[in-house]
Order: sequence, then structure tokens, then C-alpha cells
Amino acid sequence: MRKPKLAVWKFASCDGCQLSLLDCEDELLAVAGEVEIAYFLEARRAIGKGPYDLSLVEGSVTTAHDAERIQHVRRVSKKLVTIGACATAGGIQALKNFADVKDFLSVVYASPEYVSTLETSTPISAHVPVDFELHGCPINKRQLLEVLTAFLHGRRPAIPSTSVCTECKRRGTVCVMVAHGTPCLGPVTHAGCGALCPAYDRGCYGCFGPMETPNTVSLTKQLQVLGLDERDTERVYRTFNVEAFENARANGPR
Amino acid sequence: MRGRMAQDRTNTPRTRTIKTDYLARVEGEGAMLVKIAGGVVEEVKLDIYEPPRFFEAFLRGRGFTEAPDITARICGICPVAYQMSSCAAMEQACGVEVGGQLRALRRLLYCGEWIESHALHVYMLHLPDFLGYESAIELARDNVDAVAKALELKKIGNELMALLGGREIHPINVRVGGWYRVPRKRELRPMREQLERAREIALETVRFTAGLDFPDYEQDYELVALDEPGEYPIDQGRIVSNRGLDIEVSEYDDHFVEEHVAWSNALHSSLRERGSYLCGPLARFALGFDRLSPLAADSAREAGLEAGERNPFRSIVVRSVEMVYAADEAIRLIDEYEEPDAPAVELEPRAGVGYGCTEAPRGILYHRYELDAEGTILDAKIVPPTSQNQRTIEEDLRGVVERSLDVPDEELSILCEQTIRNYDPCISCATHFLTLEVERS
Repeated sequence: MRKPKLAVWKFASCDGCQLSLLDCEDELLAVAGEVEIAYFLEARRAIGKGPYDLSLVEGSVTTAHDAERIQHVRRVSKKLVTIGACATAGGIQALKNFADVKDFLSVVYASPEYVSTLETSTPISAHVPVDFELHGCPINKRQLLEVLTAFLHGRRPAIPSTSVCTECKRRGTVCVMVAHGTPCLGPVTHAGCGALCPAYDRGCYGCFGPMETPNTVSLTKQLQVLGLDERDTERVYRTFNVEAFENARANGPR
Repeated sequence: MRGRMAQDRTNTPRTRTIKTDYLARVEGEGAMLVKIAGGVVEEVKLDIYEPPRFFEAFLRGRGFTEAPDITARICGICPVAYQMSSCAAMEQACGVEVGGQLRALRRLLYCGEWIESHALHVYMLHLPDFLGYESAIELARDNVDAVAKALELKKIGNELMALLGGREIHPINVRVGGWYRVPRKRELRPMREQLERAREIALETVRFTAGLDFPDYEQDYELVALDEPGEYPIDQGRIVSNRGLDIEVSEYDDHFVEEHVAWSNALHSSLRERGSYLCGPLARFALGFDRLSPLAADSAREAGLEAGERNPFRSIVVRSVEMVYAADEAIRLIDEYEEPDAPAVELEPRAGVGYGCTEAPRGILYHRYELDAEGTILDAKIVPPTSQNQRTIEEDLRGVVERSLDVPDEELSILCEQTIRNYDPCISCATHFLTLEVERS
């Protein structure tokens, strides 16, 4: 039987989410036995011909060239899964979507004519249909393996869309917000990291983006009760998933 | 679409073009172009087209405590380096020093990153060049033992990072002033056994890589690394070179300059006085050889390396020696660990400028921030090692091609790629920069 073909593509990003695949040290050789890793430039020089059964896409679209390239990727991919905050939400580079472009231009630069970039950083789903989105900055490698397994067997991945709070409860971590008054995005953030930060005495800072139906209004009030001023509140929502949190805040419950 | 990866051969008897549109087994997106005309190398370019993400622009207006988490996102391969350099800069700006066990833990975290990143590069990115494979996956078909050991070594590096940092990519536990939570002694103890295993594999790796065939090539580089008395350079020190450079990190901008060239989305760095230079394993090894642990130094000697090693292809052996050192150093730090009273030093922001420089696996990573009295970032500058090595990489490409003019195209192309991989270039790092041109749709 022909092995399914896997391709890994990179757009504007830090390489960390595709590195997660190489970080599956115990499973990598098994994965390589089950699928043909046909296109994965970070790891392999040779390029296997498409079409590909499954494409993993890391990174956001920030150039006109990449806006065309993602169309090509979609055409040669039977299933397309986006991995990480850049691909699913535009990443931290989407902060430029909210900046006055004049501010950027007024910053001293050398030779801008050498560089070409779009005004925005956009998620892959803004350009092509996406079969599944795996959140995280970076993604969780166990979840990546679940996604690979699910797609290879033609089922939906079992990835919960609840909040980080549920993971804290399951882990038995004392709530840092209730017990220590530490500001925490856990109540509105998509599960997936395993509630790492509270286990390290830190509030969640939103790496996995908004959960399904987040109540940001209520959390924002609580953050302010805990002493965050408006500037600091804006800062906590505006990081790696800025675009997704801004959408959630604009469209969420009032 | 940009062209395919195929090596274009639009050659006439007099001109040859060696071109790779997508460089593989590097972190990020780059291409390579070499033009030879009439037996003379006319042009060499390391074309970095990875899209810029403008970190230095959007750091403006952010809080000083946010820099470690934000700048970590420049690179998923060496996030710890970004966290360490930004913390050092912010702590200097605030006028505090993070020493004792808080610093020791940072060095320990950094050892994890060195092991992980070097194991990835040595086995999965660089070694296939020496053995004629497309990737470590193909290599595993013939030599599953070597790849399994590589993965084991890499995993131990990752586990050390996950233990201290919460996770290996973009650790969550590092903060300006120290840590959110410091480990108990008993949490570190099981790691010691793992690191002994890592040290063993690293020693085997040194012996193995020392036996590879190396192209005969040397260049008289200016080597730049950090220098801290009594320590192999990792997390702090003055910036020194083999040609007499010896400066505080805060003097960096007086001596180094960045230049924007048309074919690269990464700025090219050079020394104002003398031009190109090299940072990373070869430089650290040359300048810090006497401060390696005895075991690491012995393994280097056995491998036939001397402190004056100038063959960039042998950097794979030097990286392996650095893995021995990192494992050894991590064991020492764990053995000497005492739980600190507090996970972080108290600090208050103040208006001013702070500078930080640490040794990313690929070489020195420089950060400078200007803060206002409330700790808001007014200006940021970040110079990653790959920017610094770009000119030297191009000079090496030229030098290697000049010595290999009679090599057939396909083979020459692979040799050129190998030359670039000698530097473990991190292209995601190199294109974080500031400049912006807007295309309006």
C-alpha cells in the first residue's frame, strides 16, 4: 500500500511549530515509517512530488508572494492543517495590523526599497479553506501527534476547545488568580498547553489564543480588579494571538 | 511561485551558475546563488527571503517585562538565547544584577538549549551532507543506531529545558529578574542521570564526527565571542576577538555596524575597523578552549582539534565538543545547586538604556533597549548571530568555489550548501528587523 504523503510548509514564523515534529524524539522514526515525509525543507533536501495527502502549514501570510504560494499549497494538498498561532491567527507579527503604518515608516530604516511586505499579517484561513486548526505558540507536540494520527485514519482530531482553567483543575493546580491575585488569561484561553504557567506560579498569557465562546468582558473586569490599568490590560491581550483575541473581544458576550 | 529547488544549469562553456532556490536543512527560508565566469567566481549571494516580522518595531510601546516572552518568538530553535539576552539588557537598564543560583539556573537552562540545538544540527541538518544522505530519516534506514542516539541526546536537552522552563520551545518560566518558580533540589536530581547519558553520547559523537572527511579549507577569520574569566562563554562576559577586540557589551554599537543589502532580508553585520568576522562554536572554541571542562578539552584533543581550528567544516566536531561541555557543565550546576530564597530579584524600571549579549548556539546575540521611567520600551535593537555571520558565509562560499572549480555542478551545489550549513544559519532569527516597505493592494 502506498504510504500517505506528508508535507510541511513554512510562512512567516519562528520555525518552532515545525520543530515540534522533530521534537517528537520517541515517535519521529515511527512517524517516518507510517508516512512519506515528502516535503519538509527544515529536515530534508529532497522534494517528493505532490499532491500531498496532508499538509501542515506553519506561519502567517505577510507578503504578496506568500499570498500566491498558499494558493499553490492548497491546490496540491488533500487535507490542510494549520499549526500554531501564526498560521491560525496571524501571530505576533499581526501587531502591525493594529499599528499606524506611518509609525512604522517613521522609524529609521536603511533601504526600504529592498523589502516588500503587505500591510497585514493574516492567518492561512483568510486565504484558503483549512481542514483543521491546531492552536498554540508553540503547538503542543502531543496534540500534533494526535492530529497526524487522526488525519491518517480519517477521523476528527480529539482536541478539546475548552479553557486552560479546565486543565488546571485536572492537574490539581491551585488557582493563581483566586489564591494569589495573579492576573491570568486562563479563563478565556484555549486549552492545549496543559496549564503550564499556573503550575509555575505564573498567570496564563494566552499562547493558545481564545477558547470557544470566551467571556473576555468578565475577565477584563477581573483583571482590572487585580490592579491592571488599561494599558496593561491591552498588553496582555495583544501578543501572539492578538488578532484572535481582538475578534473575541469585539464579538464576545457583553 | 519562486523557482523549484532544482539547481539551474544555464551554463555555457564560459559561465556557470550554481543556484539553489530553497535551501534545505536550515532554519528558515533562504536561497543561494554562485556565478562563475571564465574560471573566476563572479558573484556569491546568500539570499535570505524569509519575510521580515518587524519585532523591533512592535517592541516599541511594550513593557520591559514583556521582552523575554516576545523576543523568544523570533526563533523557535533558540528561544532561550532571546530570553537570556533580553533579560540581561533589561536588568542592566534597571540597575540590578542577577547572580548566584538564579544565574546558575539560567546557565543550566542554556546548557539544555545548546544540547538540543547542537544535536539537531549535528545529526539532522549537517551530518547528512558528510555522509551523502538527503536527511536523517534516510540516514536512519542505514544507520538507525546513530539516529536513535541523536534523538536520545536531543531529547535530554529538551527535557532539561522543559524541567526548568516549563516547555522546550518558548519556555514560560523565565522573567526579568530571575524566574517565576525555581526548582527544588529533588526535582533536578533525576536529570543528573540523564545528563550523564547525554555526556556519554556526546563523547561518542565527538569521536564519530572526528572521523568524517572534511574538505580542505581554512580562512583566517576574526573570531568574536564572549569572554568571562574562568568560564566557557555562555551567558555573560565582555566581547573579545582574536585580533584584539575587548569591549563591554555596552560598547557594541561603537565597534559593529549593520548594513542593508538588496539580496537579503537580514542585515549584514561587520566590524567598523576590519569588516567581516565569525561568531559561534569555532570562535568560542578558539577563544575559550582553556576554559572547557577537562573532559571536553580531552575529547577535543583526541579528535585532533586545536584551539586554532580554522576549518569551518570541522565546526561539526566543535559542536559535538560543546555538547560534551554543556552536559558536563549542567551536571556541575546541578551538583552545586542550592535552592535560592526567592525566585527573582526585585526590580523597578527606570529611564535609561540596557545592553545584553549571550552566546546563542550559533553565536553572540546582542540586544539593546531604551526604556522610559515606567519601563516602556522606546527603542529596541537586536542583532542575531546569523546576521553577523552572513558576510563570512559568503566569503567562505567564494573561497570554497574557487578551490573547487573543476567539481561538477550537482556536487558543487551540495558542497556550497554544506558550506552554508557549517554556520547552522538561523534565518528566522536573522530577519526580525525593522525596515518596512508597504505594498498597497
